[in-house]
Amino acid sequence: MNARILPYVLILPVTLFLCLFFLYPFILVAQQAFSTGSGFTLDNFRDVTSHWKFPISMKNTLLLAAAVVPIQLALALLMATMVSRMEKGRDLVLYIWTIPLGISDLAAGLIWLAIFEQSGFLNTMMSGLGVVDKPVNLLSYQHPGIVFLAIALAEIWRATAIMLVILVAGIGLIPKEYYEAAEVFGASPWKRFLRITLPMLRPSLQTALVLRVILAFEIFAVVAALGGTLFPVLMGETYAYQFDLLNGGAAAAIALIILAISIGFTLLILRLLRVPKGASI
Amino acid sequence: MAEIQIKNVAKTFGTYQALHDINLTIADQEFMVLLGASGCGKTTLLRIVAGLETATTGEIWIGGRRVDHLAPKDRGIAMVFQNYAVFPHMTVFENIGFGLRMQKLANDEVKRRVERTATLMHIEQLLNRYSGELSGGQRQRVAVARALAMEPDVILMDEPLSNLDALLRMEMRAELKGVLAESKTTAIYVTHDQVEAMSMADRISVMHQGKIVQAASPIEVYRNPAAEFVAGFIGNPPMNFLSATPAGNGKWTVAGETLDGPNATAPLQFAIRPEDMQLADTGLKATAKVVEPLGAHLLVTCDVNGTMIRAILDSDHKVKPGDVLTLAPQPDRVRWFDPQTTLAVA
Ligand SMILES: Nc1ncnc2c1ncn2[C@@H]1O[C@H](COP(=O)(O)OP(=O)(O)OP(=O)(O)O)[C@@H](O)[C@H]1O
Ligand SMILES: [Mg+2]
Repeated sequence: MNARILPYVLILPVTLFLCLFFLYPFILVAQQAFSTGSGFTLDNFRDVTSHWKFPISMKNTLLLAAAVVPIQLALALLMATMVSRMEKGRDLVLYIWTIPLGISDLAAGLIWLAIFEQSGFLNTMMSGLGVVDKPVNLLSYQHPGIVFLAIALAEIWRATAIMLVILVAGIGLIPKEYYEAAEVFGASPWKRFLRITLPMLRPSLQTALVLRVILAFEIFAVVAALGGTLFPVLMGETYAYQFDLLNGGAAAAIALIILAISIGFTLLILRLLRVPKGASI
Repeated sequence: MAEIQIKNVAKTFGTYQALHDINLTIADQEFMVLLGASGCGKTTLLRIVAGLETATTGEIWIGGRRVDHLAPKDRGIAMVFQNYAVFPHMTVFENIGFGLRMQKLANDEVKRRVERTATLMHIEQLLNRYSGELSGGQRQRVAVARALAMEPDVILMDEPLSNLDALLRMEMRAELKGVLAESKTTAIYVTHDQVEAMSMADRISVMHQGKIVQAASPIEVYRNPAAEFVAGFIGNPPMNFLSATPAGNGKWTVAGETLDGPNATAPLQFAIRPEDMQLADTGLKATAKVVEPLGAHLLVTCDVNGTMIRAILDSDHKVKPGDVLTLAPQPDRVRWFDPQTTLAVA
């Protein structure tokens, strides 16, 4: 077959699949978001954004992402560097650290609920140690800070590993000789990390951050398990519109808003971490 | 003062012994060339001196200080890597200035040194490029410039000119030699190009299978090879060998001819360089097989009693394949080797 058209023929099946099961439903959702039954309108967007819960859920979602993602990034970098330096047992450590990846987000939320709830480990331990005289309900409206902390912890515990595996793979791609050259020319381990690892890891950092940030805006099950209605987030509102209020148009509108935020951040990350032409490995 | 002493250094990778008991002293400001075939352990030895590899046994001393336990950056060295290791995410300027920045030199000093070494390496017009936009030879020169910019006491260079074209290489050789002599730098220079070794070295260390076979001045290595390996490795074409049997009283029978030689009773190898034989009335009977005109000379490959040898003759001689030549070895250029030990016999 003609070498020019062969590549297109080869990607045809997957393109068709994506059009059928992704693009088409997406268009339907978009249509739904921009109509209330009678032609094009922005009413759905107006409705959802003027609702009192919208600014709170927006703020909560962004705040959570802002708190969780940087910590995860730092942790993942630290863990990836440690794993890459290991000579023995490296695979075992990596398996153990990535166990949370195999647990669904709802299950992860429930695990942390078991820790924080009134009859949970934390309360048992605290009353056992005499810190409190009787178990307290930590995840209540009286302790919004603890609710936030519990959700953030669960997210960090659950989803740091996805960044970790991407960064470990990325660090593995950096040739050893660059570290040796840096070492000979006087760079300390910290300087080597700053001047060699970080810049050469940019493509992996891009992937890891984009993936993580998008997932952070889609946070739902962990929040539902730990915060319930105490901590509204955008994805939770989408769910509520669709299934509690049976308002498909409004749900579609929020979904599109989340999409827009995700695209915005993706472009920002790609731009900030871009590799100049001619500067790749 | 930066004398380098390598004392009893050996290195094993798993079960493979890459270096055997290396002893070598490189005087302050000396230009030492490590010469040897691929895989003989040149890079390994250089990396041990640099501190990127630890010797299994032995000691490294630089400038009277034992350095084996020191990190590379504390040894007062700079290095040109065989695979360049030019940082791809930095421009040429940042690459050359990397070590200077690590030393926290002032900006204008960094700029001055970077520009000076870049000019020396003829890459001053590339300073703003990334290494992905450079050719192999340009990248190699960045690696050399980066090491020179450090103005180190000791510079370790692993085949730093291997990727340049013949003309540029010749020019760079001279410049490099000049710069290092001027800056009083002690240099270890790895190459497997013997012309480069001959033309640059104060001394050459010939390595073979993880051992140093001979460390001497270029002319000594050429004229008086310490072992058969050196004789067969140095020179283009290398030395010729013929087996010799003792005929008593310092006389030897070589391909039916009787020649003067050392007093010994066991058979030896007779050795002579191709250019040290002349056409004469008496001498070795050789049948010309291949005749290659090289301009000023003829390179004649011929058969002496079933052994192939090469002779370099003046191109005035008319020689064609099939001719029987009589080649007289120049007596003071004849060398003898013990086939048992492969070492030279006086
Ligand atoms: N890290 C290593 N692990 C195992 N064996 C190694 C290692 N590094 C080098 N060797 C072996 O040690 C020997 C010497 O290698 P070295 O790189 O020093 O050779 P070299 O003289 O520099 O060769 P070349 O001229 O091809 O660069 C080789 O046989 C090589 O396979
Ligand atoms: Mg080498």
